[in-house]
Amino acid sequence: MIKNILYLGDASAYCDFGSEVNEHVNSRVISYFTKIKELQKQKKIDGIINLTPSYNKLIISFDLDKTNFTKVKEIVKDLKTDTLAKKNTKKIKIPICCQDGLSLDFQRLIKLTDKSKSEILSQFFKKEYFCYMTGFIAGMPFLGDIDKELRCQRLETPRIKVIKGSVGLTEQFVNIYTSESPGGWNIIGNTPLDIFDKNNEVSPNLINPGDKIKFYSITKEQHDNWK
Amino acid sequence: MTIGNKTYFEVLRPGINTTIQDKGRNHYFHLGITTSGAVDQKNFKLSNLILNNKIDLPVLEFAFQGPLLKLKGVSVGICITGDVIFSIIRKDQTVEKGLCYQVYTINNGDQIDLKSTKDSLYGYLSIKDGLNIKKVWNSCSINTKANIGPNNGKKFSLNQKIFINSDKNQNLKIRKLKYKNKINNSIRVLKGTNFDYFTQKAQDDFFNRKFKITNLIDRMGIRLSGPHLENKVSTNIKSEGLVKGVIQVPADGNPIVMLADHGTIGGYPKIATVISVDLDNLAQIPPNSEISFKEVFLEEAEQLYKKHLRELNKYASFLNEFN
Repeated sequence: MIKNILYLGDASAYCDFGSEVNEHVNSRVISYFTKIKELQKQKKIDGIINLTPSYNKLIISFDLDKTNFTKVKEIVKDLKTDTLAKKNTKKIKIPICCQDGLSLDFQRLIKLTDKSKSEILSQFFKKEYFCYMTGFIAGMPFLGDIDKELRCQRLETPRIKVIKGSVGLTEQFVNIYTSESPGGWNIIGNTPLDIFDKNNEVSPNLINPGDKIKFYSITKEQHDNWK
Repeated sequence: MTIGNKTYFEVLRPGINTTIQDKGRNHYFHLGITTSGAVDQKNFKLSNLILNNKIDLPVLEFAFQGPLLKLKGVSVGICITGDVIFSIIRKDQTVEKGLCYQVYTINNGDQIDLKSTKDSLYGYLSIKDGLNIKKVWNSCSINTKANIGPNNGKKFSLNQKIFINSDKNQNLKIRKLKYKNKINNSIRVLKGTNFDYFTQKAQDDFFNRKFKITNLIDRMGIRLSGPHLENKVSTNIKSEGLVKGVIQVPADGNPIVMLADHGTIGGYPKIATVISVDLDNLAQIPPNSEISFKEVFLEEAEQLYKKHLRELNKYASFLNEFN
């Protein structure tokens, strides 16, 4: 359930689902997100212009011309959501190439984890990851959770440019840079897949919250010739 | 239909950051697509009101140095808002000094020279009946960082053509508004969701000391420098949504204010959020200026927003009655 609803500025409501990060809490966030989207479609709520679900928060932005924090809070507070609502979640396999040149931070990871590159990779590839949210840049998925032994902090100084397709690790999370961007995650490889398709205005993101992701290894040659 | 295929502005000088903007792109935060839209919404709206356009028609936004545009085709009405130094170079080479907040009729072969924004950053050029461009993701706003929007999400470059939604000569009455774009260096904020992450000294400094606007400013945000805002809990939070006006403080203790093209998610503590009515003003303050933050409460912020709406309506009815 929502623990607290605060305002974030005068035009957004900040729904706090607590401080823990796990699939259960996140699915609550998503159930509220889905419910409000439905009500918007049925024109039962007016004035909401953006919803940002994240690990354990949901931010609801509204148009001050049409509504205000008190009204939005009243609606959200009394919402009945389907906690068990199963949305259409997919299992997706993502190819990545972890050869030198595309895996920029292995030396750092080897030092921090005290494991060899192949040990790190086999442990990383074994697991299925859950998509908590998408954002920061268009379509970027935040996936988790990485095994405890592989977790590490973000770089002290973020890179000015991380190339498109880079797969990065930070704490218990994995993400994929859907376009070139600044970034501070530990880069372990690169996928040739387009994760965000800006020409698809209906469903631009390959990976959506709730999806399960498995990574598999490809060679540099496969990577460069990917269709 | 051939509407809009004949009349266009040719870009003779692109300016530093010339894009198309409107009220912004909503409903896509959950996909990672930010709102964009005119950084200064008030001047964007005024530029349309003065032309008796629908208030949210897309306009050209420029910063620092604006574009030099040459009209080809039928005569069109335009209006420029902000604090902009510009002139109109007629086809016969006579030069008229331009005034903001006023309608001009531009004829085939005339040029608009948007030289610079003065004591401010952003200026707007609206065109009677608007530009002939298609919405992308439900908006005409160009986001040059994500390359989303018309013109492939890129700013305009030399020799490009910007097509206009009109195919017959417009000869408009000179409507004008007596208005001066005033800058106020006191910015009103609501306390943020992580205000208590900061030490007592940092909390006091935030409201009592001055912050300088650095050179690191763009449509994504404004980086400030000033007293180091020390965090006593954690310099990172679990990443969560961002909105316009949020002031994040990363580990270096220097605040960053989110503007129209901000990332949809961020992981730094939020010390405060600028109230809606002060965002346009803040975005216009040039680098090296000093600003200060003043706390207000939610009800006050909402009242101020209502006042702002009444003011816009007042301008609209004034324009319709007296022009």
